[in-house]
Formats: sequence, C-alpha cells, structure tokens
Amino acid sequence: MNQVGRDMPRLEVRAKVTGRAEYTHNLRLPGMLYGKVFRATVPHGRIHSIDTQAARQLPGVHRVVTGEDIRKLIPEPYYGPAFHDQPILALDKVRYVGEPVAVVLASDPHVAEQAVQLIAAEYDELPAVYDELAAMHPDTLVHDVLRPAGTFADLKHLQGRKGTNVALDYHLRRGDVDKAFAAADRVIEHTFKTQQCLHLPFEPHVAIAEPGDDRLTIHTSNQTPSFVRIEIARLFGWPENRVRVKVPYLGGGYGAKVYVKLEALVSALAMLVRRPVKIALTMEEQFYMITKHPTTFRIKSGVDKDGRVVARACEVYWNGGAYADIGPRVAQKSGFTAAGPYDIDNVSIDSYALYTNRTPAGALRGFGVPQLVWAYESHTDLIARELGVDPVEFRRKNLLRDGRPQASGTVLQDAAIAEVLDALAARVGWKKPFDRGSGTLRRGRGIAIGFKASISPTTSIAIVNVSADGSVYLYKSTVDMGQGSDTAFAQIVGEVLDVKAEDVRVVAPDTDITPYDMGTLGSRSLFHMGTAVRLAAEDARGKLRALATEAGLPEGTNYPPAEIFKKRYGMQAGNVVGTASYVPSYKSPDPQTGLSDNVTPFWMVGGAAAEVEVDTETGHVRILRLINAADCGKPINPGVARTQLSGAAIMQLGFTMSEAMHLDGGQVTNASLADYKIPGIGDIPPMENELVAAEQHSGPFGAKGLGESGTFGVSPAIANAIHDAIGVRITELPITAEAVLRALRAKDGRPLDDE
Amino acid sequence: MIGQMMSARTINFTLNGEAVSTAIEPHRNLVELLQRFDLFGARESCGQGLCGCCTVLVDDKAVSGCLYFAVWVDGKSVATVEHLDADGSLSHVQQAFIERGAFQCGFCTPGFVLMAHQLLKENPDPSEDDIRHYFSGNLCRCAAYPEIIEAVQRAAKAVTT
Repeated sequence: MNQVGRDMPRLEVRAKVTGRAEYTHNLRLPGMLYGKVFRATVPHGRIHSIDTQAARQLPGVHRVVTGEDIRKLIPEPYYGPAFHDQPILALDKVRYVGEPVAVVLASDPHVAEQAVQLIAAEYDELPAVYDELAAMHPDTLVHDVLRPAGTFADLKHLQGRKGTNVALDYHLRRGDVDKAFAAADRVIEHTFKTQQCLHLPFEPHVAIAEPGDDRLTIHTSNQTPSFVRIEIARLFGWPENRVRVKVPYLGGGYGAKVYVKLEALVSALAMLVRRPVKIALTMEEQFYMITKHPTTFRIKSGVDKDGRVVARACEVYWNGGAYADIGPRVAQKSGFTAAGPYDIDNVSIDSYALYTNRTPAGALRGFGVPQLVWAYESHTDLIARELGVDPVEFRRKNLLRDGRPQASGTVLQDAAIAEVLDALAARVGWKKPFDRGSGTLRRGRGIAIGFKASISPTTSIAIVNVSADGSVYLYKSTVDMGQGSDTAFAQIVGEVLDVKAEDVRVVAPDTDITPYDMGTLGSRSLFHMGTAVRLAAEDARGKLRALATEAGLPEGTNYPPAEIFKKRYGMQAGNVVGTASYVPSYKSPDPQTGLSDNVTPFWMVGGAAAEVEVDTETGHVRILRLINAADCGKPINPGVARTQLSGAAIMQLGFTMSEAMHLDGGQVTNASLADYKIPGIGDIPPMENELVAAEQHSGPFGAKGLGESGTFGVSPAIANAIHDAIGVRITELPITAEAVLRALRAKDGRPLDDE
Repeated sequence: MIGQMMSARTINFTLNGEAVSTAIEPHRNLVELLQRFDLFGARESCGQGLCGCCTVLVDDKAVSGCLYFAVWVDGKSVATVEHLDADGSLSHVQQAFIERGAFQCGFCTPGFVLMAHQLLKENPDPSEDDIRHYFSGNLCRCAAYPEIIEAVQRAAKAVTT
C-alpha cells in the first residue's frame, strides 16, 4: 500500500482528542521552583536600582534573582541567533516595556507572583524610539554597540559598530534601475505599512531546566532544540553533550518558539539554585516575548508602453524591537523576493533591520514575506488600475516563470506561480460578472500571489532504526507543533521500507538521542528533513539487503526484515541503523550586488482571491468568499496539507482584519485576548482551499513545504477587493472598519477627526 | 492577602464519576485542582475565560476552569475530557474530530470536544450557524475552525443515525 499521498489521520490524534498529549505545559518535576518575572515599566532607561528586599522577605519565596546575579554565573550572559545582544535578565539598561528585570522563585507560583509585586526598580529614563523610520536616524540609540553572534559570516563586519540602530542592511542591485526608471513610460510609487502583531500560541512559552551534576536537562516548548542545546552550552562554556533538550508536542509555535526564548533564563536560574525551575508565561506576558515586525515598504515601479514592469525599487524597513532575534535574517532572506514574483530586469532592494524600543520581533509564519506581499501585491493592483488593465492579465503579463531568473539571479524552478494564479482566477470566476451590490453595500473582488525562498544553508540529520522484528523507529529533531511533520515523516519511511506509516515509531526530539536539525521553521521540515528522512530510510533499506546477503539469503528475494535478522543472528536480535544528512547547496549573495544564482533549494508559492462586501456607512467589511491556493508539490498527506493551507490563511486573516498591538508611550495597552482580537469561529468566511497540482522534483516524493504559503496572498487580496468595491485604497494593516470608514470619508472630502 | 492564600479547606466532590476529597486554598482555580489529580486535559491559556482551553463540566454544565475557584466544586460533580474515553473507547465526537482532522496542535481540542458534547446534548441536529454561535467561547489559534464545524456535524449525524 502506498504510504505517501495517503490521507491518513495524524499519528497523535488519539492523545490529542483525549487531552492526554504531552506538552511541556503539563510537566512538573520533584523539588521544582516556579519563576515569575518582574518586568521593566519604562521603554528605555538605565537601571538605577532594583529593590528586592520586600520580595525576598515574603514567606515562601526561595530566591530573587537579578541580572547582576546571573552575570556572576555567566560573565557574558547575552544570547541571540544573529546577534548576542539579549541579556538573560536586563543589565545596565532596559530597552522595552516588559523586558525581564528580575525573577522570583518559589514552590508556589502564586507566592512568586505576589512577591513580584513587591519588587521596585528605578530607572534613569532615556528617550525612546518606536518607529522604524525614526530609528534610521541615530539620535536615539537602542544599543551602544552591535554584537553580531558570529554564527553568520556575513554579519561579522558589524562587530563593534557604534552609533546606529541598523542591525543589518541588505542591498540588491540587478540591472540599472535608474536608467530604466528614466526610460519608463510611467513611474508609480506607493508606501505600505504593517502593524505589530504576534503569534499567541495557546500553550504560552514555557520551559523547565533541571540541573544534574555539571549538566542540564531542558524541557521546553521550543521549535529549535538543537539550537537551544548549542546556545546554552555556549553560554556556560560547556561541550554540547552536557546540555540535553527535550521537546514534547507543542501547543502552537508559528515561529514564536524558535531559537532561545525562556531557555537561557531557566537554565541560569536552575544552576544558581540547583533545583529544577519552571517558567510558564501567561497570555499577557507573551506580548513581551516575541512579535511580528511592523514594516514600512516604499515601492516604486517603472512600466513601459506595453504594460511591462521594467524597473522596481524596494525599500523595506523592519521594526525589530529591542533585540535582533532573527530579524536580520528576515530582512535579508525576505529581501531576496521583495520585488515580487515578476520578471523584472532592473531591480533594487534595500532592506533594513532596525532596533527600536518595542518588544522584539522575529519570525512569524512567513519570515517577513507576508509583509512584502502586502505591499507588492497592493502596489501591483494599483498599477494595473492606473493603466486601466485587468489586474490578473497585468500579472500574467509580468509573471516570473520557470527557467527565468528572479531578482536575486536565482533561476526559478518548480514554482507553480502561473498555476496558482490561474487556479485562483478560475475558482473566483474572475472573468464572470457578479453582483456588485447597491446603495450602501458594495461588492468587489481582489486577487494576490506571493512567493518565498526557503532556507539555506541549513542542515538536517535523520536516523532510521529497524528492529529485529522489523518494526521501525525514526529519530529526528523536527518538532511537531501541529503541522503534522511526525506523520509525514512516518509516511516517507513507510513508503521506502514498505511498512505502514502507523507502525513507524517517531521519537520526540531529545538532543541526547535525536540528531541535529537546524530547526522547525520556514516550512523547511518537509523538504529538508523529509529528504534526510527519505535518505536515511533508503540507507536502512540498503543495509537490510546487505544483511540478507551476509545471512546467505539469495539476492533479489524479498524476505521480511524479521526473517533476515533471525537468519543472521539466530534469534530475534540486532538492529539496522540507516542515517543521512541533507544540506542543500547555497551561494552567499555577493556583498556588493546582493546577487546569487543559488539562494534557495525550492520556492514556495501561495495566493488568495477574495470577494468582499463593504458597508459604506460603517466601513465594515464582510468577506463573502476567501479562496486560497498554494503549490505544495505533490502532497505527502493531502488532508493535513489542506488544513495547513486553511489554518495559515485564517491566521493571516486575523493579521489583516483585526490584530494589532497598541502602544502608548511604549506600553502595550491591549495585552490580552480580550483586547487583542484573534479570529474566532464566527469570523471564518466561506473558504475554498486548493492544493495546486505540481511537483518539486528535488523534494521527497515530489513534495515541498507548505506551512507558510497560505499566509501570502490574504491581506492584499482583501485590500484589492475593497478597492474594487468602493474605489478606496487601504495602505496600512489591519483593515479595521474604522480604517475603511476614514479612507472613505477622506476620499469624499469629509475626513474624520483624528483620535 | 498572603495569609489568606495559605489557609486550605477540605472539599468533597465527584471527579469523573469517583468520589474524592482534598484540601485546597480558596485562591486556587479549578485547573490547578485538576492538576493535583494528574488531569491535564483542561489547560489554562488566556486566563480570562475567552479561549475555552480550560473547559470543564461542573454538574454537567461547561465552565471556564481558569475563572472557577476550586472550592466551588465542593459537593458537585466534575467531569473533564478524560472521562470521555474512560471505558477505553473514544466518544463519537472524538472520533469525528479525528476523522475530520479538526485540530492541529491539539491544545484547545479538549475544550472543543467537551463543548461539542454539550451542544449535541442540547441540540442533536445543529445548523452551521448554531455551531458557530455555540463555539463563540472557544478559540483555536491553529484555526481548524472549518474542520471543527464539519466534525461537529459529522458527530451529530453519528448520533441521529
């Protein structure tokens, strides 16, 4: 029976519907202390004093720890994937409201929480900067000096740089944009903005560190166990094998739980008190952990008489908040595709990762691409409207097709961009007339497509172990956070070894047992780890055949593994261990031009079509239809793939219509699910989801990653549909009723007063 | 405040069909109480009674365990998601959630499953609108909502046929 392509339920379904699935959230250890975090109340300031005396005296408090206590244990207590800029607890300065300043440890979390209220800190306040454009001017500096991590060779030149908030700038120059603009028939320019929003996994960030003799075990809800091990070992100056990281199922991740989040803090605390320490954030505290970059994107296109885009200039400013996290990588990797999936000979891209005094920003389901697609697909639609041509035809005319180089110089291959666009147009009935509404209820349609370069360079290693009875184990450090990776891998192993996927035991990430993987992020697992898993299973299959030969079994016959083992070892004994690693090839972009002919091992493609109804009296937008389409190659598990596509689109629908962190003087004023509106069941529009038939020839059984593709087109498709309905352009997310009403009133020459 | 925190009182209640007794401080919520009995299906997430991850049935009525003081269950009957498969077999709702793939990370799933049982008890043949209305107090960040609606409809069919 074919395992790949089968619509099987996920392996862990029973545990999840019965409430028995294992999450770090549930874990308690003997002697464990709970940590509660005391946080900065000013956006930027030098720490003058921290008074912990009253907290320490509260009965039940075990210890109160500040940054200086941690500095005694770890002389350089700074971490981060791109920059070592984030102190485990604030040192010298605080850089955003909500930054961890001290921790109270107690056996009872309620006591710790009470004691946190008794801590008082004084700061010498400094001017703060919140806006990404303002941060380009170095009058307010978030960091005195830049501290690149050294992990990425191309950041090394930033070591010790002073007097700037720019953590990374990426520049791409293809052709000659200035000349092309000068020669263009028309030059059209717009600016688009996105807001600060966040992941909000329902299992909020949680980690436990358990000290042993000169070693640590970390139980954590984290998407990158291998990275955590390496980073914690680095902080302590230990070899990797003294840190063990265990990750059960995740109650959601979406990019929030990549790299080090609470792990350095619980590890330091556990080493200080020599007891297990657990920190579990509340929903509110997640607003002070990691967010999605607000952006400003200035985009300018030159178009010739035939309606071809001949030049495009992109300036993208990424508001990274107080610590870089993976922001510099977002600025660069997404920079490759900032000009959109169009065949444009002259392109310039300038992408800036900036420090500001906000909660740090990192990767959120799309690694910056949804912010880019919002801008370039809104812009593309506006150009088509200005030229008076059909927006879909305009896209078709300019579309990037397989075999053509993309802005970076990398040639497109197995990227079903045209097919996704066609699927959307067909499903929505683009050419067909539809009810455009009347009176105060107006209807319109919009379409948008986007693409993304995957991750490289990056390493994945897998081990497939066949037991003496023929049952199979798979060891990998990919984290299953609901995307179904365990199941997909089991299907791949099953396909290669001819066993049922349900019978493959997929071992949960445990760095003492499971081999290295860069991380569960950027939709990389199915392609990168999936390839490693396939190769490891093939290695095991080859070794089984060799064992059969060793056992004197005739070649070419299909003995069940159990018989081979029995024949070879005389009883039910032994193992066959297949291993493989997968490292896609990659060429670093040229430092001058930002060009490279090999930036990604595969392309992700996604898009959306929307039909909306706008109430012109209130600005309320009702989504009548949302159609999502993506190229996921040949899906390993079509049912799970469709759910990923749909889930990603609905998440992006939240970022489009309602979700926004509001700041007042640096304070988040809506840090709760009551005040920060995520999509509920009543917000789901009629949806159609289509997996476009395609094949990723280099992927495992023709498959490629999908987790983010559903986010790409949603925001601009809706904005384009609103424009189609009422002739008004929204250029900033989220598209609230108020924003639409303000735009309508401004267009009518009756603008509403500012708040 | 702290002093009051510390004084526990003894409560007696029925937990998933079994009579139990424990001493608990009045400031602790129902989720914490259940954790003492190694029941983790009800999970505190938003802490405001909005997401439904902490749904528990008290005297057959769904409550938000994060907002419900533990001492309030004194003399009452408490049922958690773990009671549904006490006999080793999944309920028709759980089966339907599996068949429709109505979850991803699974963190909110027990709340949806319990609410689906309560809905189908009150309304064996709910319309899509009924379902949307009934689940307004359950959120799913992975957004498996379309699949959840289908799963509830499927479970309803399983009961009525």
